[in-house]
Amino acid sequence: MSTDVSQNLITISVDGKEIKAVPGELVIEAAEKAGVFIPRFCYHNRLPQVGMCRMCLVEVKGPRGFALQPSCYLPVSDGMEVITESDKVKKAQDGVLELLLINHPLDCPTCDKGGECPLQDQTLTYGPGESRFAEEKRHWEKPIAISDLVFLDRERCIQCDRCTRFADVIAGDALIEFIGRGDHTEINVFPDRPFSSYFSGNTVQICPVGALTASPYRFKARPWDLSQVESSCTTCSMGCRIMVQSSQNELTRYLGLDSDSINHGWLCDKGRFGFEAVNSSDRVTVPLIRKNGSFTETTWASALSLIASKVSSAKAAGDPNRIGFLLGSRLTNEDIYAWVKLAKGVVASDSVDCQLGDGLSGKVISVLPRATINQAASAKAILAFTGDIREEIPVLFLRLREAIKSGKTKLATIGTHASSLDQLSDVSVKVSPDQLQLLARELMQESSKFPDIASLFTTQGVASDGDGLVVLLGRENLAWDRSVAEAFAVELSRALPKAKFLITIRSSNFAGGVDLGAVPGLLPGRTPIEDASLKLRQKWVNLPGRAGYGAAEMLKSALRGEVDVLFLVGSDPRQDYVDSVLANSALDQVGFVVSVDTYLSQSSSMADLILPASSFAEKSGTTTNLEGRVLTLNQKVTPRGLSRPDWTIASEIALELGEDLGFTSAADVLDEIAEVSPLHWGLSWHRLTRSAALEGVVIPISPTSLSIRPNAMLDQVSTPGIASVWNQGLASSKTSFLENDSEGDIEQVAEAPSQATRGLGESIWPLAPIQLLGFMNLVYTPKLYSHGEHLKNSPHLSHLAVEAKCRISGRTANDLGFETGDSVRVADKAGGEGLFELEIDDSVRDGTVELTRGSFAISGFSPVRIGETVNYVKVERA
Amino acid sequence: MSFFTPENLGKAQVLVGLYPDKRSALIPLCHLAQGQHGHLSNEAMVEIAELLGIQPAEVMGTASFYDMLHTEEVGKYLVGVCTNVACMLGGGLELLEHASDVLGIPPGATTDDGMFTLEEVECVAHCDKAPCAQVNYRYFGPLADSDFDRLVDDLRSDRLSETVPPHGVLSRVFRDAPAMVPLEIIHQERRDMDEAKKARLAAQNQDAGGKQ
Amino acid sequence: MSTKIVTARVGVPDSYLLSTYLEHGGYSSLKKALAMTPEEVHAEVNASGMLGRGGAGFEAGRKWAMLKQDVVRYLVVNGDESEPSTFKDHLLVEQDPHQLVEGTLITAYAIGASRAFIYLRGEFALGLERVQAAINEAYAYGAVGRNIFGSGFSIDLVLQPGAGAYICGEETALIESLEGKRGFPRIKPPYFPAVIGLYGAPTIVNNVETMSNIPWIIANGGKSFAALGKGRSTGTRLFALSGDVLRPGNYELEMTSKTFRELIFDPEFGGGLRDGRSVKAVIPGGVSAPWIGPDNLDLPLGQDEVAQAGSMLGSGSIIVIDDHSCAVRAAWRITKFFNRESCGQCTPCREGSGWIEKIMHRIELGSATESDLDLVLDVCDNIAPGLTWPPQQTTICVLGPSIPSSVVSAIKMFRDEFMIHIKEEGCPFVH
Ligand SMILES: Cc1cc2nc3c(=O)[nH]c(=O)nc-3n(C[C@H](O)[C@H](O)[C@H](O)COP(=O)(O)O)c2cc1C
Ligand code: SF4
Ligand code: FES
Repeated sequence: MSTDVSQNLITISVDGKEIKAVPGELVIEAAEKAGVFIPRFCYHNRLPQVGMCRMCLVEVKGPRGFALQPSCYLPVSDGMEVITESDKVKKAQDGVLELLLINHPLDCPTCDKGGECPLQDQTLTYGPGESRFAEEKRHWEKPIAISDLVFLDRERCIQCDRCTRFADVIAGDALIEFIGRGDHTEINVFPDRPFSSYFSGNTVQICPVGALTASPYRFKARPWDLSQVESSCTTCSMGCRIMVQSSQNELTRYLGLDSDSINHGWLCDKGRFGFEAVNSSDRVTVPLIRKNGSFTETTWASALSLIASKVSSAKAAGDPNRIGFLLGSRLTNEDIYAWVKLAKGVVASDSVDCQLGDGLSGKVISVLPRATINQAASAKAILAFTGDIREEIPVLFLRLREAIKSGKTKLATIGTHASSLDQLSDVSVKVSPDQLQLLARELMQESSKFPDIASLFTTQGVASDGDGLVVLLGRENLAWDRSVAEAFAVELSRALPKAKFLITIRSSNFAGGVDLGAVPGLLPGRTPIEDASLKLRQKWVNLPGRAGYGAAEMLKSALRGEVDVLFLVGSDPRQDYVDSVLANSALDQVGFVVSVDTYLSQSSSMADLILPASSFAEKSGTTTNLEGRVLTLNQKVTPRGLSRPDWTIASEIALELGEDLGFTSAADVLDEIAEVSPLHWGLSWHRLTRSAALEGVVIPISPTSLSIRPNAMLDQVSTPGIASVWNQGLASSKTSFLENDSEGDIEQVAEAPSQATRGLGESIWPLAPIQLLGFMNLVYTPKLYSHGEHLKNSPHLSHLAVEAKCRISGRTANDLGFETGDSVRVADKAGGEGLFELEIDDSVRDGTVELTRGSFAISGFSPVRIGETVNYVKVERA
Repeated sequence: MSFFTPENLGKAQVLVGLYPDKRSALIPLCHLAQGQHGHLSNEAMVEIAELLGIQPAEVMGTASFYDMLHTEEVGKYLVGVCTNVACMLGGGLELLEHASDVLGIPPGATTDDGMFTLEEVECVAHCDKAPCAQVNYRYFGPLADSDFDRLVDDLRSDRLSETVPPHGVLSRVFRDAPAMVPLEIIHQERRDMDEAKKARLAAQNQDAGGKQ
Repeated sequence: MSTKIVTARVGVPDSYLLSTYLEHGGYSSLKKALAMTPEEVHAEVNASGMLGRGGAGFEAGRKWAMLKQDVVRYLVVNGDESEPSTFKDHLLVEQDPHQLVEGTLITAYAIGASRAFIYLRGEFALGLERVQAAINEAYAYGAVGRNIFGSGFSIDLVLQPGAGAYICGEETALIESLEGKRGFPRIKPPYFPAVIGLYGAPTIVNNVETMSNIPWIIANGGKSFAALGKGRSTGTRLFALSGDVLRPGNYELEMTSKTFRELIFDPEFGGGLRDGRSVKAVIPGGVSAPWIGPDNLDLPLGQDEVAQAGSMLGSGSIIVIDDHSCAVRAAWRITKFFNRESCGQCTPCREGSGWIEKIMHRIELGSATESDLDLVLDVCDNIAPGLTWPPQQTTICVLGPSIPSSVVSAIKMFRDEFMIHIKEEGCPFVH
């Protein structure tokens, strides 16, 4: 919203008081901003309005005098007169509440919603004293499970249409519906078709009564026992804003906060219910050292001094790059900074990477002009060359879906496999690697070989220099080396210099890693090591003298016995590295593996030393989401056992090595980041927790945007308890945007730092795929519920893990003589093989095999081999 | 295996093609499925959902709104006795009671032999023949108790099979002509019509102006 | 013998066949209309002053004029007729389907519709067969489809069956139903589908009887139509008479030419009541209308005349309740109807209709107290604040505020009868 909005404001009167309102906004919204809360149930600011519950009736003056009107459906108009408090309004509200209650069970004492129930609350405030209903209430079978995660109690349902609207309109999963008519209407699913939506938890959050409850929270806590802080979800790189709640020092629930720039209040189920992993009893709680093949407990002091001696002797042997650091997606910006400073400023090793072969090179990411999510959602057009967003960054999918369905933007997708984006796209083109180059060069040219895309973009008003275009760039298919996507992006950025990129890599805080130098060759602020500033040199005493290795090279050199010490900080390459054969054999050759972890993962359980790390919600800090937005993370519970935040562990190791990183708190780390990194200029803990708490801050901050507007946070109907905390100012301070307007708009996102794309992406164009005899094209992508520690340790999610299947099209199956259910042997190019159950799936292209990443772990088999530009596999009857 | 018989699948495709938005064919397809199977089975709803490109839950959500679409099995003859006010004044409630006695089932139930389902229905627009009843949406009235007994008898002994097809068969007349004028042609025609109209109005205005 | 417009061929053998229709000059109006400009056709309908026959009584010509002139626009004929005791459209679709088809096509031409739909109540099995057969015949005859009668005008006409839901008679619910959805009335504004209707495009919704009048208006001119009747009530109307009369049935009468009393007692029409009984109340215009008493029997059958008496002519159905029938029972049965037919969107209608029905049933059965009368009126007031006529509403559509009409009328007119039910703990009438 820019300043000149205020000039277009109109005036309406609410209860005799004149208020300003934005044309087109609803009476219920305008009144709320002016401090007049109109009760409601069905109204939700992120859903299309239906005006069904009739709780929000107010008197509005019309040609025939004042009449009752639903304020949730009526847009303001200049001079409108509204009365929200009159006998007539009161009678209507009383009436609606009494009518809602006649068939509502009085099981509040055993209802999860009790204590934070708007029906309860509004009955107290607006309702009749007692019910005059003397007849038998309507009865339904008490809660039925409509999915693995959601229970439905139809007796409590007040037919507000929120869950059904959400499922249909927002999620696009019309799996729950109104069934029946009139007062026999119930919500239900189709027989044997459960509500298995990735977004089902949102319906629980927005249900204004206890009709929908989530199995991970049922009977866990009473609202009045809960305490809460704001934070950001780190399950993926979206960074959805959440409220973290706990009871008796145990996490109990996450709720989505309504951030305008990020998640609009929504969460995916994996993020929402992942809190269980923090509570897991399988956490590592003490330092463990391997002795004679098994772990024994040790003290922090002896663990740290052992590390120091291993590092010192490795350093003494020569190349510090023989000490490697793989940093995982659990880390906060402060953790990353401390570990990178330890590596590059103390140990002088440049062998640091924050990705596991499933992302894109930090250097390429650094030079592409960055787009925000909001910019993508309002772009003239979007070009997607990315993995399936719904599987990888689910809430981004919701944002894009909303933007496209409402006509704000249009989408073209390119790639190798069907994805949920296809349903949203106007043009969907399947490509081979060699066509990509052509596509990038000619995208906006009349003579383009891809005329459908060109004409879509032209009609949408994308300029010939790419202005107005946002590119979603991720790893569309892990079977293609990342260089394919990188070269495409670099080529495209040259051809269309004004096009912006949203990097759609799933792993949380990959952007923080890139921005803070957790990639070879770069320092915080994406500064090449050779360009290190004076300020930085003062703080980082031992800069690497030689270029280090990224993950792939690190593992390859480990295989050759050239890595002496390897730090796995929240990183599990044995399970997560794309080429698991390489990762496993390489790690076996490392002299000393230190794992800093929360669980006994595949890698940590084979490490030499394990240090227990604090988990999400056990520490404060910041994270950077995929668009470069820095967001706060807040501690809610005490760290488990002897675990420590990762940044302190780095500090302790540095101390053992005789260097002081100079931090005593996460805020100290952030201050230093802001000091040494030009990209992070202007950031401070204070700022992030005050004016920018809800929306975070996109970096680099433009000097003109020193404040941003916090939005309404939580829909007051679903979670009135939370809303009141907000009102009490325990959350961040509430400011009306009207007051704040003059301070400008944070959405002025900086372009990429002015590094040229020159020198990047040359000569890495792969050859056209060659059909090798007997080999088939491979599509290798993750799903939301791919295996991982997170899933494994969340009891209510773990059974959702995807099954290992080998999917091919019906036609291909026919050609090969296979049927669904057959057992097949899939062989990779290096001769590894695994057994799979075959599934016929006609969304798979002919001649192609689809395997789901993270659905299997087979020793010696990895469908993707590092070093291959394009991977193929063979499929034979087992 | 498809639910619809090949013949009905053909009809279904014609129906889907009749509308600018295929979901509009939902109710006609439900009737078609009931005609084939007597009621609207889950299998039928799944197939209808596929034909329309929507979720089975959406088909069920819509179908369950309508009284004529039965997701549970009903008898061969669905006997609906109207008790709405005009029929009630003529003895509709008493007729329902009698029907219940004769068939041995309360309203809403089906006889054990699967022949009859009894329903209390709202006005079926046959009020000048009160009290009246419908059997598979074919109307009978006015019905004295004895008339009702005879009706049941006739149905049992198949004497009415001409007038009253088994439940689910609604209209026995189908559209002959699936061929439609393509909407693009219509839209072009309308554009031309609107242009011509504008021109006429302009000419009229000019005339009026000229005369002034 | 008064003029018959829509029922002119009723009673003629095989009146529903094309051949019969053609013998009676069928489709000549369509030919005539196609030779006129759409504006001229519209002008005739305007001149006729015909009020819509569906219930709301809005002038047809004026409604057409409100149609937003987008390229895509639709015509939907409302044949859902389910207002209790209304059975006039039932007659028209079974007996003269071609008249309906012709009227529909003329209207489609006049408004420039892209496609026309006839939405027919699902329970009208015979009607569905007759109308579909008529449409098939009309296609074969060249009256519908590509380039009708060589005029250059093309259109398709689709018959859509309903599936049993009274609310789908409400025009926006009907549109939702035609879109393959639950029949939820749409929230207003926009107030008319003429702005946003079927598939979001401007749409005209007109009743079957309204459409059936069109061929006559084109053949005879709007002026001749307007010459019939009085004031805003022009032409004839099909009155569906039912209840406690000797000769219930459909009677087409010139509007305002007869009074309620004449309709009920004239041997040619209602033929009076059973031996010696007298009129206790009349429900004019469907069960949504407030009742009128014997003191209003001399009102002429006209739109405004009935409105002035505090009720409405609505769908043109007239139910007579005689002094041997129970008013409480009648009112209860009507509330039961509304409870069964509420679509369930709005809290007051969904929950209120059920509650009112339960209380009314208790009263009828004799297990209520006097305070229940106040209670039921208060619940009614929560649906239609003030219990005025025309009603105010707390709901999306007017089904909600229709619920109280009968209850309020009955209590107002027959409070004593209610009190007897309460005091004697049961219904005093023999059924
Ligand atoms: C609850 C309700 C039920 C209705 N039922 C019918 C109906 O069965 N048939 C009908 O033509 N109009 C019905 N109407 C009126 C329609 O909404 C609409 O006004 C009418 O079809 C317009 O046609 P007309 O202008 O030709 O009268 C109903 C309205 C309401 C509110
Ligand atoms: S008033 Fe009743 S019928 Fe009308 S929309 Fe509301 S709930 Fe549905
Ligand atoms: S009708 Fe407005 S909030 Fe429900």
